[in-house]
Amino acid sequence: MAHASSSLPKALKDAFLAALVAALLALPMLGFRLADTAQGLELEPRLSWVPIAAAIVFAGRLALNLAAPWLAKWKDRAPAGKPKLILRPSRKPLYVGIAMAIAALVLPLTPFGDRNILDKATLVLIYVMLGWGLNIVVGLAGLLVLGYAAFYAVGAYAFAILAQVYGLTFWQCLPISGAMAAIFGLLVGFPVLRLRGDYLAIVTLGFGEIIRVILLNFASLTGGPNGISGVPRPSFFGMPMTPSSPNGTTFHEFFNIPFSPVQRIVLLYYVILLLALVTNMVSLRIRRLPAGRAWEALREDEIACRSLGINPTSSKLSAFALGTAFAGFAGCFFATRQGFISPESFTFLESAVILAIVVLGGMGSQTGVVLAAVLLVGLPEWFRDLAQYRMIAFGAAMVLIMLWRPKGLLAGRTPTIRLNKGDAI
Amino acid sequence: MNYFLQQMINGVTLGAIYGLIAIGYTMVYGIIGMINFAHGDIMMIGAFISLIAFLVVGALGVTAVPLALVLVLLGALVFTASYGWAVERVAYRRLRGSFKLAPLISAIGMSIVLQNMVQLVQGARVKPLQPIITGGIELSAAGSDYPVTLGWLQILIIVLTIALMAGFTFLIQRTSLGRAQRATEQDMGMANLLGINVDRVISMTFVMGAALAGVAGLMVTLYYGVVDFYIGFVAGMKAFTAAVLGGIGSLPGAMLGGLLIGLIEALWSGYGSIEYKDVAVFAVLILVLMFRPSGLLGKPEVEKV
Repeated sequence: MAHASSSLPKALKDAFLAALVAALLALPMLGFRLADTAQGLELEPRLSWVPIAAAIVFAGRLALNLAAPWLAKWKDRAPAGKPKLILRPSRKPLYVGIAMAIAALVLPLTPFGDRNILDKATLVLIYVMLGWGLNIVVGLAGLLVLGYAAFYAVGAYAFAILAQVYGLTFWQCLPISGAMAAIFGLLVGFPVLRLRGDYLAIVTLGFGEIIRVILLNFASLTGGPNGISGVPRPSFFGMPMTPSSPNGTTFHEFFNIPFSPVQRIVLLYYVILLLALVTNMVSLRIRRLPAGRAWEALREDEIACRSLGINPTSSKLSAFALGTAFAGFAGCFFATRQGFISPESFTFLESAVILAIVVLGGMGSQTGVVLAAVLLVGLPEWFRDLAQYRMIAFGAAMVLIMLWRPKGLLAGRTPTIRLNKGDAI
Repeated sequence: MNYFLQQMINGVTLGAIYGLIAIGYTMVYGIIGMINFAHGDIMMIGAFISLIAFLVVGALGVTAVPLALVLVLLGALVFTASYGWAVERVAYRRLRGSFKLAPLISAIGMSIVLQNMVQLVQGARVKPLQPIITGGIELSAAGSDYPVTLGWLQILIIVLTIALMAGFTFLIQRTSLGRAQRATEQDMGMANLLGINVDRVISMTFVMGAALAGVAGLMVTLYYGVVDFYIGFVAGMKAFTAAVLGGIGSLPGAMLGGLLIGLIEALWSGYGSIEYKDVAVFAVLILVLMFRPSGLLGKPEVEKV
């Protein structure tokens, strides 16, 4: 693609070659279908699919080649300018963020805020929160973690088990879930954080799988593959959101309004919105503290940091613990929203989705995370009917966005303090 | 003792398969420093292609098992290798020299695409294959309580792996392509200046890795007798563990690591609990990375400014 040319004969030739390769690839996988029959496995030829696949690739490649000059203009351009010390990058993201937060706050009051939309918005917000939490680890501290769902699972299971065994409520368990996830984060992080970036990624992936296998097999505590059901719903300052309650007033009795199940959905929506905003606030503020500065510096150059007296291990550990704590909070919320959890919800794919949100959004960019979460989680929710194609589109989006904008949709890797490169130094 | 021997045989067979996959990881990592996350799924594609090839060969009326095996092997090699080439061309080439995580993310995306594509076009059900090679040599002495069998299939897998390894070592050590590849691995920029077509060398690396993964896929199909779209993930993780254990970037290391991982898995399933066999493998990975990040045969990496 790098040498794609705009002249027509060249583009045609290139597209033809691509179509040839596509036909070769499609021949075994698309050309024959393995069909289960009573006599065992049988082959069902459908060779007509091969030229169709080749034709699609031909058309796509040709269009891409012809559009290449226009696409090139869209690519990231390096900022040019005189060297200057930027203490506070532009305030624009701040206003965008405030506008988005206000829009999110009033959503349930607007006519759009019906049950369906709120449900989906809650789901998107869970991922926004997870994305912001992981952003602390990946975006700020530069630690690639592929097992984030494990900490999410720890938070969810901590709440579900505590609620089941000791009858604790959502609000009591919320801090415990976060703390549990952070403790797990410290336990994992302590030995492995000195590893290089990609090794760290694989080790955390391995850890995520270990947690999942343990959840699946430690049935006496976790319910095994059946999971835990009947996780309690959150209350509003101790008032349950139920039609009636044996002990105390319920929410609708207190406010003297008729009971409606939508009230609980609105409450869930506001709880996750609050949690997400807290996550956002913490990660925005911590960037201005020495700890956050140290993380960003470590991300850029670890050796320089060490020679400046920053302890890399404890810095990374603190970032890891904070990031995993937010996963724990989100897990706790997830458990209360679903009312049911099982290891199915915490597979590697979950980690990949969260990481994709962070990276596609542009690492370090808070607004980018929201955008990517809406794109990757929200949009597919609307196209549930196309569930089969959903995951392909999701994977393809990861590849394409990386190819198109390797730094993410909104490249936010700007350090909080920066000296613009110029010939002055 | 007999039980232990049987587990060792099973472990070596598994290890041979893991080793073949691990080579793909280790070569790609050695040459461009990225973890080819989709490599396990390339193996899965290889398994599907060999399953389809078996049925095609059967439909064409080839009944002699050795001939059928050779044809299927060639088919799996060629088609899987072209998948490896295409994946590199589409998803990785443009990201070379980009910031470090970009190729990894792209690879994860590619892995998701491959898995779901196969699920879509071939269905999510597990695909069974009747055993093609059965029987074996009874190794145990007469009258012993636990019979030890060395299956013909196991012999085939081990011999084929050794042959491939020998050919591969020759390719890397003696041919001009191998020389170009080693040069690229040492210093890509310099190799480029000296007239080596680096793009082509990297493409060939992916092709070779994928071809070996295709053979591994064929072995998995024959050995387990079932294939589904998800087998690539776990097998890929284990093979990656093998590559890291042996020292990533080192070819004999990949083989040794594969062997060790196969043995660990077989012995753990034999003596420990079969549910936790994946945990054992991942725990090994974590321990190796903690205490010997350069692996058993790898060169320690010096971090420089």
